[in-house]
Amino acid sequence: MSGSYYVPATSKWPVLGSLALGVMMIGAGMLLVHGFGGPIVAIGLAAVLVVMALWFRDVIRESRRGLYDAQMDRSFRWGMGWFIFSEVMFFAAFFGTLFYVRTFAVPWLGGEGAKGIAALLWPGFTAHWPLLNPPGEGIAGPREVLSPWQLPLVNTLILVASSITLTVAHEALKEGYRSTCRNWLAGTVLLGLCFIAIQGVEYYEAYTHYGVTLQAGIYGATFFILTGFHGLHVIIGTIILTVMLVRILRQHFSPDSHFGFEAAAWYWHFVDVVWIGLFLFVYVF
Amino acid sequence: MATNPAPKPVPQHASTAAGGLAEAHPERPSGLLRWLLTTNHKEIGTLYLIFSLTMFFIGGVFAMVVRAELFQPGLQLVQPEFFNQMTTMHGLIMVFGAVMPAFVGLANWMVPLQIGAPDMALPRLNNFSFWLLPVAFTLLLSTLLMPGGGPNFGWTFYAPLSTTYAPPSTTFFILSLHIAGISSILGAINIIATILNLRAPGMRMMDMPLFVWTWLITAFLLIAVMPVLAGVVTMMLMDINFGTSFFNAAGGGDPVLFQHLFWFFGHPEVYIMILPAFGIVSAIIPTFARKRLFGYASMVYATAAIAILSFLVWAHHMFVVGLPLVAELFFMYCTMLIAVPTGVKVFNWITTLFRGSISFEPPMLFALAFVVLFTIGGFSGLMLAIAPADFQYHDTYFVVAHFHYVLVPGAVFAIMAGVYYWLPKWTGHYPHERLAQWHFWLSVVGVNLTFFPMHFSGLAGMPRRIPDYALQFADFNLVSSLGAFLFGASQLLFVAVVVLCVRGGRQAPAQAWEHAEDLEWSVPSPAPLHTFETPPTFERPAH
Repeated sequence: MSGSYYVPATSKWPVLGSLALGVMMIGAGMLLVHGFGGPIVAIGLAAVLVVMALWFRDVIRESRRGLYDAQMDRSFRWGMGWFIFSEVMFFAAFFGTLFYVRTFAVPWLGGEGAKGIAALLWPGFTAHWPLLNPPGEGIAGPREVLSPWQLPLVNTLILVASSITLTVAHEALKEGYRSTCRNWLAGTVLLGLCFIAIQGVEYYEAYTHYGVTLQAGIYGATFFILTGFHGLHVIIGTIILTVMLVRILRQHFSPDSHFGFEAAAWYWHFVDVVWIGLFLFVYVF
Repeated sequence: MATNPAPKPVPQHASTAAGGLAEAHPERPSGLLRWLLTTNHKEIGTLYLIFSLTMFFIGGVFAMVVRAELFQPGLQLVQPEFFNQMTTMHGLIMVFGAVMPAFVGLANWMVPLQIGAPDMALPRLNNFSFWLLPVAFTLLLSTLLMPGGGPNFGWTFYAPLSTTYAPPSTTFFILSLHIAGISSILGAINIIATILNLRAPGMRMMDMPLFVWTWLITAFLLIAVMPVLAGVVTMMLMDINFGTSFFNAAGGGDPVLFQHLFWFFGHPEVYIMILPAFGIVSAIIPTFARKRLFGYASMVYATAAIAILSFLVWAHHMFVVGLPLVAELFFMYCTMLIAVPTGVKVFNWITTLFRGSISFEPPMLFALAFVVLFTIGGFSGLMLAIAPADFQYHDTYFVVAHFHYVLVPGAVFAIMAGVYYWLPKWTGHYPHERLAQWHFWLSVVGVNLTFFPMHFSGLAGMPRRIPDYALQFADFNLVSSLGAFLFGASQLLFVAVVVLCVRGGRQAPAQAWEHAEDLEWSVPSPAPLHTFETPPTFERPAH
């Protein structure tokens, strides 16, 4: 192991990546503030994706040329593990918001609590969760909230099933059954796509039939920020799993060395666990 | 500045680079491309440090504008709106642009050298982390030129000042914070992976130098709280642009929620800016006291304790916001608990000095000033921790005095101590001793002239973030402003010392300081571009 740690040569992807991200952010700011800049966002986003693809291509090539040893493998594992921890904390901010609003902010507005200062703002307001009656004028609450036992339950089953299919695919890969792995992985991707489609239908329903919108007070805000960022992560996860599927088809990975696959699986399971939390605290309770 | 001389390629390094991957090290690009494309921890560390120094001066100029306006009562130089932008940008630039990148730069340079690693664990990611920063801060600074001006709501950007009543440029400010946050998270991941995975064979966790330990814990804090900051600014973005009600009571949200989320990030952030400073001071004091650090294990545990407590104290920034009594008490007592591990640290530094054979080289001067002045800031923090007393102090210059004592003669002095300590390793030359002493004494005098009177004006009731003040505060403010100009000007001496040291000076041997023990002193000065490609064998010093 001594002296074998792989230190990559100079690379143009990091600096191009930060430039691309900067272009994307400037475009996004212009779009939001001035109402134009859409093409700049598109160019920036495309550049970010291209850079990521080429950067990962380099890493995959280096890996397949056997440049990485066990120690490098551990670096990747630590890196991915801590990255997922950072994602956990990202979602923790939004879950914390939900809990704070439900436990403190809305009840206080309704007059609960020792001092009840917030209660003085809208004396006629009665607190209730889900908040269908935001206290301020001009903010229309949702007409109705979504039932957990329809599409959300289906989506829960889909995501839990996808975690199982992915684990089967992983076990098959470890045992060397490549075609089994391919099939179960393809099934997982399919389940991911189903989830995204159903989530899309649910958003459509929320906006058109239930009045659950971003502007519908704190219920709509917490609903969309939690499910929205989760949905984004499912989309990213599905892309990652698709890449893994392509790599399986191209005969990448071996039964004892396939960290790319494992990292994708970690990510997918993480997204799955977040959904369980969402299902319980956004929909059911 | 950007002329850290390219170390001469050493043949054995060129051939063994990257484990027989000769083709992985083709001709290295020169000029600007070398810095844009580099994956080398030393070059990236240098970039971080240069960036940080640049931001230190930009943020410093903003501070000078603030102090010039406050030189005497009344409105002289700037409009209140611009004054608000100056206080805000000064804080943002110094926190996110100067102090944090400086510590990351030091970590880049020194962590691999101190643990015997060939480089950072993920070198390309390392470069990415750095180059995000110029993008983020160009965007942030450009908000000053936008219609309606830049951020003007204080570096803590409380809603609804930063949402309902914010200038249009706030969206750009949020996006720039996102980029800076990505940079911090990726940088922290890299540092953790390096420390956990790339230590020299035989080096256990409890053998690591304290700078490595403190950075390991700091990196954990960064990964834990920067995503929360990303979350809270995203909610601001939604409130501003998409009509959500996160921080709007009319929709069932709560502006106080913003403060909770911000300070859940903000308080650990404070320790992110001070823990690596503890590590640096814990390296320097034993070296120049010519004694082993007293209480190594307790230092590690104290650092971990401070990190854990930092998650339980955030609402001490919010004592006057209308918290339930039980919350006031909980956060007050938890905050006071922090004094215990911090006291352990100060005790250990002093005990290390006790009966030591002390010499006063520039790094030691800064480290000793750190111990004294940081402790003053710590004690005023303890005063602020007492909720009923804080009702008086809140949002006065007493708070400004407190956090500037922990950040300027605390964090910044520790960074300078570290720079003076490691300059011989980076450049192969000792810094000019006489100039460094001038820099030190002028800085110490300047910093105390600036911030000590603020304790008095604050206790007398002068509110912070206001461009004008009542006449009775005039003398204190005059002294503060004069001190600030002195401190600001004397930092030019620092630049002079660094530039001179890069260009020449007394040659330093591998072990530049007589009693320095850690692994970085086993490689030549200046450190060659690639070090420890074959891991060194770590030998535990005899106890």
